[in-house]
Amino acid sequence: PSLYLGSISFIIGLSSPGNPKDDFQEELVIRPLHSGDIYASFQFRTVWETDFMRGNKVSHYRLFPKSLGQVISKFSVRELHISFTQGYWRTMQWGQPFQPSPPGAELWVWFQDSVTDVDGTWKELTNVLSGIFCASLNFIDSTNTVQPSASFKPLGIGNETDHRFLRYATLPREIVCTENLTPWKKLLPCGSKAGLAVLLKSEKLFHSSFHSQAVHIRPVCQDWQCKTTSWELRQTLNVVFDLHNSAQGKREWSLFKMFSRTLTEACPLASSSKIYIDITDNPQGEQFEVSPATPLLSQAVVLGDRRTFSVYDLTQQITFGTVRSLNLLIRWKSSEGDMLRPLLHAERYVAGYGLQTGEIHTLMYNNHPYRSFPVLLLDSVPWYLRLYIHTLTVTSKGKDNKPSYIHYQPSKDRLRPHLLEMLVQLPPNSVTEVTVQFERALLKWTEYTPDPNHGFYVGSSVISSLVPSIVAMDTNSTRERPLFSSFFPCKEESSYFVRVYTEPLLVNLPTPDFSMPYNVICLTCTVVAVGYGSLYNLLTRSFQIEEPSPGLAKRIANIIRKMRGVPPL
Amino acid sequence: MGLLSDPNRRRALISLLTRLNSPICVVCYMAGVAWFMGLAFEPFTLRTYMSENAMGSTMVEERFPAGERALTTGREFSAHKKKAGGMPVDWLVKTMQARGLEVFTQRFSRKLPFPDENKERYMVKGTNVYGILRAPRAPRTEALVLSAPCTPGDSNNQAVGLLLGLAQYFRNQIYWAKDIIFLVNEHDLIGMQACITFSPDSCRGGSIQAALSLELSSDVITSMDLVLEGLNGQLPNLDLANLFYAFCQKIGVLCTIQGKLQRNDWDSVSGYSHSVQTMMLMVMKQASGRPWGDHGLFLRYHIEAASIKGINSFRQYKTDVTTIGRLLEGMYRKLNNLLERLHQSYFFYLMPSLSHFVSIGYYMPAFGLLAVILLLRALDLWVQLATPPPRTEDGITDKEQVSSPGVLSVLTPLVISHLTGVALYTLPIQFQEMAVEQFPVSETEAVVLTAIGVYTAGLALPHNTHRLLSGEGTEQGWRVLKLVAVLYLAVLLGCTALINFSLGFILALTLVPVAAFVTPHVPKVLSAFILVILSPACTLLFSVFFFQELQELPVSFQEGWLLYLSVISQGILDHFLYGSLVYPLIALLVYPCWLLFWNILFWK
Repeated sequence: PSLYLGSISFIIGLSSPGNPKDDFQEELVIRPLHSGDIYASFQFRTVWETDFMRGNKVSHYRLFPKSLGQVISKFSVRELHISFTQGYWRTMQWGQPFQPSPPGAELWVWFQDSVTDVDGTWKELTNVLSGIFCASLNFIDSTNTVQPSASFKPLGIGNETDHRFLRYATLPREIVCTENLTPWKKLLPCGSKAGLAVLLKSEKLFHSSFHSQAVHIRPVCQDWQCKTTSWELRQTLNVVFDLHNSAQGKREWSLFKMFSRTLTEACPLASSSKIYIDITDNPQGEQFEVSPATPLLSQAVVLGDRRTFSVYDLTQQITFGTVRSLNLLIRWKSSEGDMLRPLLHAERYVAGYGLQTGEIHTLMYNNHPYRSFPVLLLDSVPWYLRLYIHTLTVTSKGKDNKPSYIHYQPSKDRLRPHLLEMLVQLPPNSVTEVTVQFERALLKWTEYTPDPNHGFYVGSSVISSLVPSIVAMDTNSTRERPLFSSFFPCKEESSYFVRVYTEPLLVNLPTPDFSMPYNVICLTCTVVAVGYGSLYNLLTRSFQIEEPSPGLAKRIANIIRKMRGVPPL
Repeated sequence: MGLLSDPNRRRALISLLTRLNSPICVVCYMAGVAWFMGLAFEPFTLRTYMSENAMGSTMVEERFPAGERALTTGREFSAHKKKAGGMPVDWLVKTMQARGLEVFTQRFSRKLPFPDENKERYMVKGTNVYGILRAPRAPRTEALVLSAPCTPGDSNNQAVGLLLGLAQYFRNQIYWAKDIIFLVNEHDLIGMQACITFSPDSCRGGSIQAALSLELSSDVITSMDLVLEGLNGQLPNLDLANLFYAFCQKIGVLCTIQGKLQRNDWDSVSGYSHSVQTMMLMVMKQASGRPWGDHGLFLRYHIEAASIKGINSFRQYKTDVTTIGRLLEGMYRKLNNLLERLHQSYFFYLMPSLSHFVSIGYYMPAFGLLAVILLLRALDLWVQLATPPPRTEDGITDKEQVSSPGVLSVLTPLVISHLTGVALYTLPIQFQEMAVEQFPVSETEAVVLTAIGVYTAGLALPHNTHRLLSGEGTEQGWRVLKLVAVLYLAVLLGCTALINFSLGFILALTLVPVAAFVTPHVPKVLSAFILVILSPACTLLFSVFFFQELQELPVSFQEGWLLYLSVISQGILDHFLYGSLVYPLIALLVYPCWLLFWNILFWK
């Protein structure tokens, strides 16, 4: 046994100093929402000081999942962002999410500039990811892939912004369920055995109003000098529990009620493991009450707003108290559920009736009282809705609003979708309406989805913007801040990046009744064969009474008569 | 077809058709009417059945418990309505928010082309309140609508109460896959139209799959009535009616259509006449082209919709609100299960009772038999025009008959009668102000009386037409005109029947005999009388009396006449408000076509 122990210690000893460092952090943010619902956002971050770039072979993995590492090296991926979402984020009720994502699946990837055949690599990559996440990502093909020119910039380091190396696709029809959650959980160093991931029980996560899970991979700086790069893997999971469905209308939430588990330990591999509770709206405890109380507070500027959080550090034994388990409890005291007025939000719908044409309306609301700001609108519309781009109008406050940048790529039937990107300035306190008419294409009969179908989906529009920050709006600050710090709004806080996704659309295309072809074929064949044929005959032919050809004797007689100059018989 | 390619046999067939033309026409007409009446005979009709798989096989357990609470909410609503003197917007918003819905209000205003005297409104201003139950984990692509109108007076409070009760119950369920929009609309259809015509602040929640409008004015009811007829005679998919019927059967609620209960004694005379009455009511309502409930405008957007009305009569057996709530719960849960738009069952049908229906394949032959008369007549005229005129005894051809009639003699009546139609369509609205100034009448009366005036003035047309014509009308001339008119009528009625069978059939019933018999050689006074009796306006008048008779609410001639005037004004309003097609169809096409026959009668 001593030899065995020794060998283990030898292996550990070898791995820790010699190999590049990796680090794992986990955290959970809980935000009680105005509506009485509760928003829980998990983040698991693994940073690894290694280099996947330029075909560098990496073979020894510790915290970083090997399956993803291999994908990065094999397909020369610079950045990868994938999200699976079930439900629609209700901006008007819930405010902005920490990580926005559209309903269904979304995938966007920046490839390294060493990749020569980007489309081929993209195709292979989507198929591999489809296997890793048990999702229908293999349905991503050229008909739903676009190359946005401005909306999706790399989030990691690197100056490469040539959008030839970017691919973006959404699958609005994708349904997210347990089968997608399990492989996602397996990527975590502790799996779902320890730490915050213990809470991720699918029967509770899917008994909610909104569920979104994502994986983001990007290169980041190793230190402030940024001489070498590290790779960062962020796994995020956002879920909103419904007051009415999950809490039976009682305005009381606990970890156990939300996840049917309590916490007993941090993930042993994690360097930091924390729970944050957003208590900004509750400085004196008048809105809700949190127990157990914690003395730790943290402040951060999140989405342009200065927020205060109670912090529970799971690496400290004291957090778990005497019962050795942490069951956070939030009890509401007041009950109000007013609509919010988020600075930027958007809606989209299809107008018109009939099955020939229609009109897509996108409404963008700027609720800032005095600041206008530009937004980038990205629309990717499948080819079977033929956009009439000459009917594109952008109006705000009843006036024409000319976009300062338009990038439009027309569709090709069965090959690629329409791509429309626009930079639009939203005036303060206004609604900007973008309308464009379309015609519904007739598909080939094999292109229709199998018999029971809801219709054809059009993916969400993406609106990206730098929104003026609420902190910067606060010009008459009475907070306890030194006066010298508050004259010029400092750059970092003056605006923040927001991405808003609109609803996906459901469009009906003219659909033949597929049970009818047999009848139709029979009927048309009969009509063509019997009716049309003979009617056509009747109409085009002229009928004449034909004399039977005269007999031989008569013919001879006629010749003789002709010679005689007498009229024939 | 070999029959036709052989010139001899063709000649024989044509001569047979021309010789026996009149008897064949009479037989066709009789057969058409008989076929139509046979449609109401139960052995000839099909039983309704659920075609949609997603709604048929799955079982739903209804658990709605809170009928009493819904009634209390209804009473509260009534009190607030009285206090606010209209729609209690703030109260509704607060109540819906308390039930966990996303609540929106929509203001609308509309100026009618002329005052609506039935509903006493002219400048309409109102507010719709709607709360959206967002389905958990659904991407807002599909929605269902449940609406209840907020009507002035004391009616419909229970409907709003039940709507709010259902909202509260539905909100606590996890199984919803489609958003549910709970709508309380003001000013019935005008509010509804503001809600569904897509504008930046209209009711939205993805593409709406189905909608039900609820009307309920008493705490207990004896039966539920289903109203299907929508704008322009459009009907929802038959599966929606089947769904309603299936749940009424399951829960044990008496259900009616056209206010008529279903009877089992189809083989007795009274049983048969009962189903004839039910079917005729449906035909009359469909032919009117107006929406017969608040659901009527949804159908244009390909949204399957119906109205459900609670009826409280003197019967013993009563149903309470909890049961109605369960009925609606069951229906919505099944609609929630839909995987595709309702399209499996029929869109064109007539219902002689709630459990039986007549599909398009069965009722179209009745119309076809009437329409074939026009074609036979056209053939007859064509043959008459094509055969060389008989030589007179001395062998000299009558030169006047040989010369083919000028294009002018056919075109002039066509153009003039259509111009009269245009006048009938435009003048009533144009001249209302002038008429009000000149005569002691209200705007509505002015519009209706102008319409009747223009209509009657059109009867003087033949004399004016002939003044425009250069020469005398020839024998050939009226034949050509009649050929054109008959074919025109055939196409017109055919198209109408395809869109709105009932309207097409009723028009065919009256106009086909006119088209068949009219010539310049029939006795003038008698024929003119028959022609006027069978003109579209008189058809409408008879329909009004017949409809009242069918509803078992007979009226005196005086009342009937007033009703007739209001029906005309409603028809014109329906066109200008909701885009109903009946008024323009009658004014711009049917009436000019009838004028052509009037012209033929007075051909000189």
